[in-house]
Amino acid sequence: MRANTLLRLALSLGFVLVCGCAAAPPAPDVAADKSGGAGNGDAAAKSKVEVALPRVLEPQLNQDPYPSSYRPLPRRRTAIVGATVLTGTGRQIENGVLVMDEGKVVVVGDASTPVPADAQRIDAQGRWVTPGLIDVHSHLGVYPSPGVSSRQDGNEMTDPNTAGVWAEHSVWPQDPAFQRARAGGVTTLQVLPGSANLFGGRSVTLKNVPAVTARAMKFPGAPYSLKMACGENPKRVYGGKGRLPSTPMGNVFAYRKAWLDASEYAHKWAVYRAKLANGEKADPPKRDLTLDTLAGVRAGEILIQNHCYRADEMAMMIDIAREFDLRIAAFHHANEAYKIGPLLAQQGICSAIWAERSGTKMEAFDGIGENAALLHRAGACVVIHSDDTDIIQRLNQEAAIALGAGLRAGIDISRAEAIGWITSNAARVLGVADRTGSLEPGKAADVVLWSRDPFSVYALAEQVFIDGALVYDRHDPRYQPRSDFELGQPAGGDFHP
Amino acid sequence: MSFTSLVSGPASLLALSTATLATMLVTCPVAAGPASSAAVGDRSEAPTVAIVGARLETVSHGVIDAGTLVLARGRIAALGRNATAPSGARVIDGRGLTVTPGLFAASSNLMVAEVNLLTPTRDDGSGENLSAGFDVQYGINPASIGVPVARLSGVTHAAITPLVGRISIGEHDGDEAALQGGGEGGEFQPALFAGQAAIVRLAHGDVRPLIRARSAVALDLGEAGADNAGGSRGAELVLVRAALADARHLAANRAAFDRGEGRAYGLPRIDLEALVPVVQGRTPLLIRASRASDIRQALSLAREEKVRIILEGAEEGWLAAREIADARVPVLLDPQADLPRAFESLGARLDNAARLQSAGVLIAIKGGRNFNSLRPMRLNAGVAVAYGLTHDQALAAITLNPARIWGLDGRIGSLEVGKDADVVVWNGDPLENLSDPVALFIGGVEQPMSSRRTQLRDRYLKPEDGLPPAYH
Repeated sequence: MRANTLLRLALSLGFVLVCGCAAAPPAPDVAADKSGGAGNGDAAAKSKVEVALPRVLEPQLNQDPYPSSYRPLPRRRTAIVGATVLTGTGRQIENGVLVMDEGKVVVVGDASTPVPADAQRIDAQGRWVTPGLIDVHSHLGVYPSPGVSSRQDGNEMTDPNTAGVWAEHSVWPQDPAFQRARAGGVTTLQVLPGSANLFGGRSVTLKNVPAVTARAMKFPGAPYSLKMACGENPKRVYGGKGRLPSTPMGNVFAYRKAWLDASEYAHKWAVYRAKLANGEKADPPKRDLTLDTLAGVRAGEILIQNHCYRADEMAMMIDIAREFDLRIAAFHHANEAYKIGPLLAQQGICSAIWAERSGTKMEAFDGIGENAALLHRAGACVVIHSDDTDIIQRLNQEAAIALGAGLRAGIDISRAEAIGWITSNAARVLGVADRTGSLEPGKAADVVLWSRDPFSVYALAEQVFIDGALVYDRHDPRYQPRSDFELGQPAGGDFHP
Repeated sequence: MSFTSLVSGPASLLALSTATLATMLVTCPVAAGPASSAAVGDRSEAPTVAIVGARLETVSHGVIDAGTLVLARGRIAALGRNATAPSGARVIDGRGLTVTPGLFAASSNLMVAEVNLLTPTRDDGSGENLSAGFDVQYGINPASIGVPVARLSGVTHAAITPLVGRISIGEHDGDEAALQGGGEGGEFQPALFAGQAAIVRLAHGDVRPLIRARSAVALDLGEAGADNAGGSRGAELVLVRAALADARHLAANRAAFDRGEGRAYGLPRIDLEALVPVVQGRTPLLIRASRASDIRQALSLAREEKVRIILEGAEEGWLAAREIADARVPVLLDPQADLPRAFESLGARLDNAARLQSAGVLIAIKGGRNFNSLRPMRLNAGVAVAYGLTHDQALAAITLNPARIWGLDGRIGSLEVGKDADVVVWNGDPLENLSDPVALFIGGVEQPMSSRRTQLRDRYLKPEDGLPPAYH
């Protein structure tokens, strides 16, 4: 704020502005005082310095102010031999071999695949291997356990548009639920703001490693997403306060207004940058954190994760996206997605859904257990998500129940395909499919070794690897990390035998 | 074990067998209107059915690998390896199928709640005016769309248990629940007890599904109970004990009370009347408690007040397993509970069920409260097996054990001659994710395999023919 005032003052006095733009190297906050003066405002005014736009005022220089500080845990060259491997790319390999080294999958293949002599060898006969599971819809850390009133940090329920808030700033990394989710095979998760607002804020994609700071869990290089919500929640929250929106038409008005604001904002910055590039004088637009996020979405740098239950409302959101040239990565919850499978397939929009949870409110009234299977049959992208601290521990069971419903309806889906609902398709929703979500050479060695067919109710994750490092071992207490919170408590952080 | 092989076969085979069986078994038209209650209630109308060559998981007497089960006049007439189909019986080829007793939802809001967030459809909360006197039986709606949904997951019976106050609480704990819990309730001081539970049977077309009213009086201890009593546990247990003393006094001094000569009571007469069968040991208190110390308080209450109790929740039950077993107190629990969701459940563990079982506690495994969450009852039983129960113990925990806990094991809960013909025919291990019921019988009458959800499914399964789905 103060810097901005100074800047405007400097501009009104007609000083030449030197600005950083996307291609330029980072500019210092204040350009060097060529006269060697003290550099404060008064001195600068007197000594005719060139004042750069302070770095923090230029959105393009500040797209990643809190980069990941994640470091992989200690790891060694490892080969898992003899397991049934579901690759996440639609293949099922019997008696397979998976070799990982330096955090990457080196090779995955059948029994003829050579195993490096110096690799740690895990004999996995009778067991199953899948990519690490990915939950695209979680509130771990922002609605942590215990769910006490002082930790209900997932919904900035004070304005229908809080696109400028970032979930990572609410994440409590000591949430004991991270440990449980890891024991369920979850290696990557997207933590989202809640659905109270039309624009809830930015999500954060995390590697599910124990850490003291949220930044140390951030998935390096994962794009941000914007959480949006349609339907009942925003209109209930704000209509209840006598504010807009109180109806779906109010919702749509407010989306469109925000996208217009973002378009105008992006345009102002484009004009400003163009003038600078031409050597013209220009007033920089005022940087706005809310519009930064929305403009980032318009530019395709930030993905849209859209909480939306009803088919007609999803279709409406697609119309709005077309109007403003936006792309929706996924509809979340999407109880009625099965009604518009072909549209979703044609649009390339994923549906992140439960197996059968529905009916809890009017917009969820038409949910059916065959949602996933019907979407799959329509060629649409299916993702099974949790939005829940129990389901995130059993995403494989949730996928299995959805698979079972499909088989019951006569829709033939293989395990090799269905595992994609919680691995490769989920990675696609988060924009990290080039790095994780499937077992292919060069991808991250995010791997789960299961006691048996992961679609069985009796299956347990026995070992979990993130970037090739063993982060959880069901049979070795050294690899059963505990949250600080649980030390000294009745179970001491031990939640299974 | 052999049950695993049934579900690990090729998916297409599984689907094929399901479809074939559906065609073979479903005799009622899918969209049939409600049958008359006479047809459901009159056992003599139930046809004789023999399921031949099936795996019979009797629960009470182990597993019969390839046996015959005969249903006649609404009851189980015969079962065993050597049982034979009576002449004239409808014979179902049970090879490759598994038969179990119907599942029993041990604590739910089935038939008294339709859409969780819509208060007008919720009749499982005691409201503002009543405490123990609240009685869920009067809100029972057998036409709830949840009934066929629950039945298609194998449920034939449910206990309807009340909650304190006005209800609008979501079932899951992400942002949805935070929102759903946020807006409503809280302006009035809820009463101490939640009210009286009831038991229902899920027979299609049965307009009188209630099979037992006033089956328990529910009471929250712990954090919720403290809140109900004005803020702390010490307040609650004093008030609860005083209420039980008042109920005892009322029972012994009714005439005086009616003459206006009784002493002052802490609760209105309506509520005390509901507690009279409790203090007389005829009706149990259903006590919801999580923390080990709260569980011990419940056990002390039971011992000192000479009341029967059932524990629900009991996330830290494993820390008091021996005491619960010694007190012969049964427990309704959720085997997935492994998070310190509240300060009263910091010790939640995945092997709670197995530890309680091995200490000798009679356990029943719950799904969620509402019909949307009854499918997880089976999942929960499977999870309990993954963490230490045997398969037989887990199946008992969703059939015979809840029947025993709710006092109905003389009629239901196992495959035994003379018990009600409430049975489920499965295409695989009943606990497995990829298994489903292919037929259900309640009172010997075959149940339709459709629900509002299957009708939605079938409408959108149909290939595009130029007409909007509303014509299908």
